[in-house]
Amino acid sequence: MSDPMSTRTATISVLVDNEAGVLARVTGLFSGRGYNIDSLTVAPVDAAGELSRINIVTSGTSMVIEQIKAQLDRLVPVHRVADLSLEGPHVAREMALVKVVGTGEKRVEALRIADTFRARVVDTTVESFVFELTGATDKLDAFIALMQDLGLAEVSRTGVAALARGKRTI
Amino acid sequence: MSAEATQSGAEILLRALKDEGVEVIFGYPGGAVLPIYDAIFNQNAIRHILVRQEGGAVHAAEGYARSTGKVGVVLVTSGPGATNAVTGLCDALMDSIPVVCLTGQVPTHLIGNDAFQEADTTGITRPATKHNYLVKRSEDLARVVHEAFYVARSGRPGPVVIDLPKDILINPAPYAEAAATHKSYRPRTEPDMDQIAKAVALLKSAKRPMIYAGGGVINAGPEASALLTEFTRLTGFPITNTLMGLGCYPASDPQFLGMLGMHGTYEANLAMHGCDVLLAVGARFDDRITGRLNAFSQGSRKIHIDIDSSSINKNVPVEVPIVADAAKGLKALLSAWKADDAKVDAPAIATWWRQIDVWRAKDSLKFSQDMKPGSVIKPQYAVQRLYEIARARKQEVFITTEVGQHQMWAAQHFKFELPNRWMTSGGLGTMGYGLPAAMGVQIAHPDALVVDIAGEASTLMNIQELGTIAQYKLPVKVFILNNEYMGMVRQWQELLHGGRYSESYSAALPDFVKLADAFHAKGMRATSVDQLDDVIIAMLDCPTAVIADIAVDPTENCFPMIPSGAAHNEMILGPEHESSGAAISDAGMALV
Repeated sequence: MSDPMSTRTATISVLVDNEAGVLARVTGLFSGRGYNIDSLTVAPVDAAGELSRINIVTSGTSMVIEQIKAQLDRLVPVHRVADLSLEGPHVAREMALVKVVGTGEKRVEALRIADTFRARVVDTTVESFVFELTGATDKLDAFIALMQDLGLAEVSRTGVAALARGKRTI
Repeated sequence: MSAEATQSGAEILLRALKDEGVEVIFGYPGGAVLPIYDAIFNQNAIRHILVRQEGGAVHAAEGYARSTGKVGVVLVTSGPGATNAVTGLCDALMDSIPVVCLTGQVPTHLIGNDAFQEADTTGITRPATKHNYLVKRSEDLARVVHEAFYVARSGRPGPVVIDLPKDILINPAPYAEAAATHKSYRPRTEPDMDQIAKAVALLKSAKRPMIYAGGGVINAGPEASALLTEFTRLTGFPITNTLMGLGCYPASDPQFLGMLGMHGTYEANLAMHGCDVLLAVGARFDDRITGRLNAFSQGSRKIHIDIDSSSINKNVPVEVPIVADAAKGLKALLSAWKADDAKVDAPAIATWWRQIDVWRAKDSLKFSQDMKPGSVIKPQYAVQRLYEIARARKQEVFITTEVGQHQMWAAQHFKFELPNRWMTSGGLGTMGYGLPAAMGVQIAHPDALVVDIAGEASTLMNIQELGTIAQYKLPVKVFILNNEYMGMVRQWQELLHGGRYSESYSAALPDFVKLADAFHAKGMRATSVDQLDDVIIAMLDCPTAVIADIAVDPTENCFPMIPSGAAHNEMILGPEHESSGAAISDAGMALV
């Protein structure tokens, strides 16, 4: 076991029954036991709509993260818990919609930076843009930080969706 | 098919309960559950015990479950019926007691409308249960009931709520048998044999071994206790039990060091502190056991067998984690030990026992009882005499307790030889647990002697259950160690808060003898040491329920004690011993 006291960030995927109350069970577990949730996404993922995948980004000591996984695993409607950060390489992406309001030089600069980040313009008026940007969390953070001085008005983020690389599945 | 389809939801429910082997339900009726009460009226297979408050129903079901190994069943109505049950559910969750609690709910179309006696029961009980269900379609009902029993008793047992809207109970639906497997909940019960091999190697190498066994051994059935006893005797290792584990190893055995933890024995705690290999079975290293975590058993290499992987490495890192049912884990350990023809390090262990015997010679549970007629009764002496007199009668004895000093004295001075004979609220520490729990035990064991060792403050918290005890003519004995204080609160105020006894005096107590009389029970009282035996004998001889009001020394404290925030080797011993205790630190004062 690694040093139980060193802190790390973990991306955990949980396959659960798609039924009422499951998300409340998971979030209640985190709030009730004082664990962090940095990001959380949930949606049905099978054709029949019977299973949902919850992706949670959390941080804590190794001991706490092992606890989180064990606590999730003993919830009755949980089928599988995977620690993507630990079980091998994985991809983790999220999407942000970023509204920037302004005119003149700042508006031009915002569009130029958006282009550099490969953000798409999904809505525009003469004094606003809504950019759509997909990528790793730190890329989104960087883009939003740059928009701060260029008229950043509102942000909506999806939270992280993640999968293991290669053939492995949850 | 058509005959099946004409069954109402309530009839399906009763049939499913019967199929799950339910014999007794503890409940209280109300508007939302009237269809169930109608179905109960029309059958004889399941007995209903009418409690006086829903909180009592859950504790009664816990007592029933803990003393039989079966699932306890509760039936309450919507709204306040369900909210009154919440404390009991939390209690069962903390102590891993299998309970299925059926709660009424307003009809489906009214849910969310703030209807009369509506509460968000699944929302409220989500963190109070192992799992809960809201049944939304009558055709799901039978499946959900079967699933609930499976979940309650499998893996680490716990309480399960089934919330039942009234229309679901009325509408007809087909019946469904229990499914063979659950789609997602399949807890691991068999140990990993590589880990067992590591455990054997580690235990063989031990020079100062220690076994620490808890309630998980009891939950794994009497076989687990027998296997634990066999392994302990085979190795000659010392063993301690947690509060919840008492009875899983015979207390009279010389290898038993008594209970450990905050009010555990000197020898058990120092052996935990000083051991080099620790085998934990069905115990969860909680704060009452470990004391200050960073000083807990620092020199030991640890093996932990537990059915709940989240209990392993939660508070204390262990070297050999073994996720398994305690019985299956112990069976594997025992057969691996035998197959290996393992030998312990006998000279080292003999030296270790010599050290333990030095600690044991301190006699940390010692107290001094003045035997002069008229002398005040020491609470420890009252428990000790109850134990000795009850034991001599060779009757099956079950003990329940409330919570506080009397609970610790009962744990220290009443000796249990067998599992399932000791019912106490360990994790949640629920005052008011003991009387209804005793009721549940007595229902399950009508001919046994069932004693609630109580405090006068705790027992008043569910005193209404004397009505239930009267109705069903249950010969429960309530043995009150009456010190006119919330004794443990008083003790902490003395030790930690400068003797400022803020609100801990039990003022305006009832006359318990008259109270017994009012509830059709027999009241008795002992106020001095010369009266004690007569009262105990009269209590045990009495064919009906008894309240024995034993006036005990109001200022007696419960020792030994590991103060909050202290380590095992910093115990405070009682006034019979030379001062040895550590002062309580400021950090310790912030702990509970």
